[in-house]
Amino acid sequence: MNLVRNHVLISIDAGTIMAGARAVEKALVDEIGKQGLAGEIAVLETGSIGATGQGVVIVVYPEGLYYANVAPEDAHEIVEEHLLKGRPVKRLMMTEMPKQQVIRKGKTGLLKEQPRIVLKNSGVINPENIDEYIAAGGYEAIERAFTELKPAGVIKEVKDSGLVGRGGAAFTTGMKWDFASRAPGQPKYIICNADEGEPGTFKDRLILEGDPHKLIEGMMLAAYAFGGSKGFIYIRGEYALSIERLEKAIQQARDYGILGDNILESGFSFDLAVMKGAGAYVCGEETALIESLEGKRGHPRNKPPYPVTEGLWGKPTVVNNVETLANVPEIIRHGAAWYRGYGTEKCPGTKVYTIIGNVATPGLIEAEMGTTLRDIIYEYAGGIKAGKQFKGALVGGAAGAFLGPEMLDAQMDFVNLREYAAVLGSGAILVMDEHTDIVDMLQSVLHFFKHESCGHCVPCRLGTKELVEIIDQIADGKGKAGDIEKMVKISEVMRDTSFCPLGQSLNLPISSALKYFKDEVYGRVPAAV
Amino acid sequence: MSEEKQCQCAEIQEEELYPRLEEVINQHRGKGEDLIMVLHKAQNLFGYLPRRAQEMVAEGLNVSLNEVYGVITFYNFFSTVPQGRNSVKICLGTACYVRGSQEVLDKAQKELGIKVGGTTEDRRYSLDVVRCIGACGLAPAMLVNEDVYGRVKSPHLVDILKKYE
Repeated sequence: MNLVRNHVLISIDAGTIMAGARAVEKALVDEIGKQGLAGEIAVLETGSIGATGQGVVIVVYPEGLYYANVAPEDAHEIVEEHLLKGRPVKRLMMTEMPKQQVIRKGKTGLLKEQPRIVLKNSGVINPENIDEYIAAGGYEAIERAFTELKPAGVIKEVKDSGLVGRGGAAFTTGMKWDFASRAPGQPKYIICNADEGEPGTFKDRLILEGDPHKLIEGMMLAAYAFGGSKGFIYIRGEYALSIERLEKAIQQARDYGILGDNILESGFSFDLAVMKGAGAYVCGEETALIESLEGKRGHPRNKPPYPVTEGLWGKPTVVNNVETLANVPEIIRHGAAWYRGYGTEKCPGTKVYTIIGNVATPGLIEAEMGTTLRDIIYEYAGGIKAGKQFKGALVGGAAGAFLGPEMLDAQMDFVNLREYAAVLGSGAILVMDEHTDIVDMLQSVLHFFKHESCGHCVPCRLGTKELVEIIDQIADGKGKAGDIEKMVKISEVMRDTSFCPLGQSLNLPISSALKYFKDEVYGRVPAAV
Repeated sequence: MSEEKQCQCAEIQEEELYPRLEEVINQHRGKGEDLIMVLHKAQNLFGYLPRRAQEMVAEGLNVSLNEVYGVITFYNFFSTVPQGRNSVKICLGTACYVRGSQEVLDKAQKELGIKVGGTTEDRRYSLDVVRCIGACGLAPAMLVNEDVYGRVKSPHLVDILKKYE
């Protein structure tokens, strides 16, 4: 057998498939065959490489060289020039490399870049092959849990790591598991919330597409820790590729005896099912999600009782976000102390961000907690597109906050941002350049909320409608004196009286837009000046 | 004349689908918690959820028709009116909106001669808006059936639509 001297990784995710990745893959394989290199060069599929909006992206190893916007007709040139003759095709080389490392804050030189945690395998392994996950250290954590830590040890390790939920609410994960482990009632359930609906957020999709086994292992560890026996992955119906890869991964794990009865002779039994959502933003709220899993309208429930005591079908249930669960295997493998080496004292670890809008390289990044907005935009995302000026950013999704230039140097983590009355939310960062109209942005956000308000409670149902009417008038140049004050007032009432976080959080984009861009917003209401 | 014939065709086909729905329901009989899953499958069969299918699901899963209807109208994914052969969905999520998806939507409404939520007379296209399909890096984005299109400018729209019969 020939020794494979080059590996060509082609990124197969929803974005690159759309750009024609399958055709490029076929063209490369054909061309390699034609040039008689079939035994020497392997073409492998992998998940997202972390760059979006750059067409089909491939990486050639061992050089680690990235090509972007590759078309099937380029296959001949890449194979002949690069793979046969060793001359990289300059015109296709990516100018801005996606950052495959976590940039350590305050470190310099070699220490500056470190391997990623959550996205460790994304864009590196073939997500459809369990062996590659295992070769990359996969399912070692569950083994350590079975043989060394036992359930109590897993909970302790996760608690000590300081991991908090990455879905937005930032509740301590270890505490949640602890509550569920003490709650009476059987069976207990673990639900992975993959109903990613926050506009501008697609991190979970890329984690699922790039490394589905990591999520499975994270869910196993959670269930083992608090005594769960059955897991559900509640996923957006639109995420066709994620669903396909997850189902494949679950089947592979079953075939290997990693899911099922008496896993690895440990006495622990666990299985998983994928459940497709049907498109309702409010189902991101955990009790609404549980209602939906039970086959009902996704209305949020009264809390308490919390799901950890009375969740799915009235049984103790833990609901965790995809990214939260994807952190767990690495924590268990390397220990809490190692994990605390990343991030800030109050918020250890890393955060996966989707950075979009007017930046040079939009995409998926993983940065240490506490990294500043400035570093995220200028170090990771290549700065503002076309040399324009930074105007502001909408951080945390539609339910997030607008931040002005004075916030560029604020440390981004869940605790710190709260002090500035901002949120990290799901980790969506929409960057706006000098030409962006804040009123237009706010209008879009409010329309979104009006559409997604589930109608269960009055403040949110009527408030969102009122707000949309007012902002439409303002955007049309027909705003009246007192309109802005009325918007603030309505959103405050909604914050204080709405039933669930959907209505409660609308005050944030409104008050933050006024905090950082007051003159611009008031400038749009001539009567108010 | 040919129009009428086509119409009958569609109805006959629909008629043939009910036994298949029955099979689906049989796998979930009496399990109200599987309602959304069954509705997904039913909509896959018919392209929408006709009244008779709703009644069958209600009876088979032992939930009231009222509850079935409540669930259908709550979730964006489900529809009670026949859909076109091709579903065109334009993203109005924040990222797409700032990159001009409203313009694309206006153009689509004009081209197809229908409003959001409508279906063209020849049942070729249905038009809808969605909020974020997770393709923000490629804003403005749209979906035709399962295919995602990024960086859509209104002049491209016609070319994209033409591809779908």
